[in-house]
Amino acid sequence: MAETTFTIDEIPIPFTPGQTILEATKAAGIYIPHLCYHPEFKAHGGCKMCTVLVNGKPQTACTHKAAAGQEVEVDTPELNAMRRTLVQMLFIEGNHFCPSCEKSGECQLQALAYEYEMLTPHFVELYPHRNVDASHPDVLIEFNRCVLCELCVRASRDIDHKDVFAIAGRGRDAKLIVNSPTGKLGDSALAVTDRAVQVCPVGAIIVKRVGFETPIGERTYDKNPISAEADSCEVPEAR
Amino acid sequence: MTTPGQDKVKVRLATTSLAGCFGCHMSFLDIDERLFELAELAEFDRSPLTDIKHCGPCDIALIEGGVCNTDNVHVVRELRANAKILVAVGACAINGGLPALRNKLDVNDILTQVYRDPRTGEPCVPNSPELPLPLDMVYPVNEIVRVDYSLPGCPPSGDAIWKFLTDLILGRMPRLEYSLLNYD
Amino acid sequence: MPFADPIVSAIVEKYRNNPTYVLQILREAQEKLDWISPETVETVASQLKIPRTRVQSVLHFYSFLYDKPRGRYRLLFADNITDRMAGNIALFEHMLSRLKLKRGEVSSDGLVSADLTSDTGMCDQGPAMLANNCAIPRLTMRRIDEICDLIKARAPLDEWPAELFRVEDNIRRRETLLTPVAPGVALDAAIARGRQGTLDEVKRSNVRGRGGAGFPMGTKWEGARNAPGAVRYIVCNADEGEPGTFKDRVLLNSFAVRVLEGMAIAGYATGATKGFVYLRGEYKHLQAKLQREIDDMRANGRLGTSIRGAAGFDFDIEIHMGAGGYVCGEGTAMIESLEGKPGRPRVRPPSMVHVGYLGKPTVVDNVESLAHATEIVVEGGARFAKRGTRFSTGTKLLSISGDCERPGVYEYQFGVTIGRVLEDCGAKAVSAVQIGGASGVLLTPDEFSRRIAFEDVPTAGALMIFGVDRDIFEVARNFAHFFAHESCGFCTPCRVGTTIQRNIMDKIAEGRGARYEVNELKRVVGFMRRTSHCGLGETAGNAVRDALDKFRPAFERRLHAKDFAPAIDLERALEPARRITARDDAEAHLETES
Repeated sequence: MAETTFTIDEIPIPFTPGQTILEATKAAGIYIPHLCYHPEFKAHGGCKMCTVLVNGKPQTACTHKAAAGQEVEVDTPELNAMRRTLVQMLFIEGNHFCPSCEKSGECQLQALAYEYEMLTPHFVELYPHRNVDASHPDVLIEFNRCVLCELCVRASRDIDHKDVFAIAGRGRDAKLIVNSPTGKLGDSALAVTDRAVQVCPVGAIIVKRVGFETPIGERTYDKNPISAEADSCEVPEAR
Repeated sequence: MTTPGQDKVKVRLATTSLAGCFGCHMSFLDIDERLFELAELAEFDRSPLTDIKHCGPCDIALIEGGVCNTDNVHVVRELRANAKILVAVGACAINGGLPALRNKLDVNDILTQVYRDPRTGEPCVPNSPELPLPLDMVYPVNEIVRVDYSLPGCPPSGDAIWKFLTDLILGRMPRLEYSLLNYD
Repeated sequence: MPFADPIVSAIVEKYRNNPTYVLQILREAQEKLDWISPETVETVASQLKIPRTRVQSVLHFYSFLYDKPRGRYRLLFADNITDRMAGNIALFEHMLSRLKLKRGEVSSDGLVSADLTSDTGMCDQGPAMLANNCAIPRLTMRRIDEICDLIKARAPLDEWPAELFRVEDNIRRRETLLTPVAPGVALDAAIARGRQGTLDEVKRSNVRGRGGAGFPMGTKWEGARNAPGAVRYIVCNADEGEPGTFKDRVLLNSFAVRVLEGMAIAGYATGATKGFVYLRGEYKHLQAKLQREIDDMRANGRLGTSIRGAAGFDFDIEIHMGAGGYVCGEGTAMIESLEGKPGRPRVRPPSMVHVGYLGKPTVVDNVESLAHATEIVVEGGARFAKRGTRFSTGTKLLSISGDCERPGVYEYQFGVTIGRVLEDCGAKAVSAVQIGGASGVLLTPDEFSRRIAFEDVPTAGALMIFGVDRDIFEVARNFAHFFAHESCGFCTPCRVGTTIQRNIMDKIAEGRGARYEVNELKRVVGFMRRTSHCGLGETAGNAVRDALDKFRPAFERRLHAKDFAPAIDLERALEPARRITARDDAEAHLETES
């Protein structure tokens, strides 16, 4: 019995060989924050929200395999402060204006910010110049809100088999690009029913003509913090 | 800041709305009857509610709105110089908010598009020395002066403002429970 | 019928329509067509049968590939701190004015563009520049004028005077590695020992990687040898992007036999039959020479099948060029680049030794490490291990530049003190030494009795020397710019953190920093160290942290007396409105608060 457990904050957690720390803890009902992770896709490891200490060393729980005897720390003041800083960095990197965003209340970035009590983004706002691509009849992309999680990239490649999205550019020039002769979404193979449209955890990929349907107070993260969500990576369905 | 009840010296509050819609001030008034309780504990210095034009020494300054022109800079500097604690209230004060949507546009393009001679169509941007000049962008308050606390919302609810304010006045670390923390 | 540019098509065909060559294809296409147009992207994508976004992601990742016309002559001035110390900016501005250019823009006739770039590996003979990726070191006003004349005359690059492109080796001190070895001698020695024997000797030697990480090479080779499967690869990491490092440039130029035979020996010991030299784009001047060496080796049985007559000893080498990307020096990023993708570091585990190039076990070794293999098989591991220290065996090549009389490459046994090195290269009145490049450590004179060794001051070999008149704040700022430019962008802490760090350093440089900025820097540096995806982010704050710790006055004298200063220059923020209203009255200005 002892051979197939590791500990999370000193609590023994069972796992099956091959599971990552995130997978095993999810199965045990313990919350590790994440943004770019989704169980249907290969782990990405880029957002760093799921960083935990494994035997004292920072690792991403979504990519690190669980092993017998590992000592994993999740809920520590240092790690929580780190998570808040990550969210702050993401907020100042784009233009995340919640009051007019269709995803507000259903947004994972916002929910993580609430979870870690971000009262201010703290860092100097970068105010990048990014556009909206509204060329598609049914779907629009608000690049100001993209957090480079690559969920849409993975979904379009591995589930939809359309390769509509990719990331291009290096460093802060990294951005989402669209696979079409003009670079516009309207000229791509994307359909509103694609998995890639549903998986965006923030308000970057938005279905048109649907917005603000759910009143404030009744949206997913109005009711419960993201850590309390039973299946916290089930991205609220784009309607 | 003196503890209320000890000397019966009231906490002095100053408020202002810079590049804001006054929604946060309206939300402040949503504390409704608790205004009477507040009146026992606090007095207002410079504020749209008192119409006092310049700030003297005060304990807490509540800043609504971001910083978009020279007047905003002067006002926020005056409040920072006179207040022991400065709180950025609402989305605009914290991240620029709605007015900051102009940040990716050139301010001169905006001015020349808006201000045109109706007869000739030529740009004629007003340049009276009484008019505060706009900055190239709209900035959050914490990029102009040091901010001690931030209270997010658009606007933060009356309950959130009440919780925050009473925490501050009573010397506690201001903390909002989950239901009171909103960015919209 | 999909659009196909015939020139581009031919290049793609030359690479057997294989998508792992996207980077090579784009490099060659740009050389012929001067930029990568949307038509080129379409041709490449459709012929390789990959999404156009796959081609675009490569195009936009590498610094030397352009998606807009940048002229027939694309000039890049190296901007490492050593180039600055040698006066590169004045030369750059002179060139801009003679060619009537603004930085980063193309001339109105579309002929030429000029910009700055990261360290190009010429710190011992700077300032240096690249003209269409060809290195021109030892720049002077006269050389700039000469180059401008050639450009104005539209002289093709291969007709420019060879003297412009001459790169010196500047070898100042040799021990054992920097001595020539006759072709084939090392290969024969390995064959005589056999595959297991060769591996045993490398293990016995305790030789550790010379690229900075210091991983025991024998352990790495053994791991690859033992990994399941029949196919393995050897990659020679010739990216040498760490600012201040140029020793591999010298090895590749003058000791190619050691490097290439070292690769073959690695293949022999591990069972790999294919090797790549990943050569940084800035060393394009070495490409043809290396290729001739490889062809030569093939012609006389030192490469190919049954090497030196040993049945079963098959190995071949291919050169892959980089295109400007420091992060590609990271092993997994290099493998991504070899696979024709952006150089973004992979998630580890699994390690490269198990899952590397095309998913196969791959050994990525530094140029110098592989060269050492030719020593070890000849003299044996035990003899090799007698040099250096117990934990750092053998010798180390040091790239020495900056404020010293004799910059260049020095070979020392591990364990040499920094003080000794400084004496030998003629460094006087030293304020600080940056060891290990931008990601390394800054040491002050009270630490010069420390030793170059993995157990004391580890390094891939870069030693940049700063005299007493140098501004260490500017050294740190130069490196902060470097990391922000080179971050691959994959992970939040490095992508945003390096930008925040650079912006704060710039703010302080402009005299608008306060104590608040110093605290913020410390926070961001510590944050990147703990949470970044790879070594780039982890070490991106090292130089700033060391400069704060050891050269605090260099920061202090730039700081405001107050504890906080606005994030922006308010006077500058009012500039546009002042202009459009033509106002200059008192209210049209904002003073910094005193």
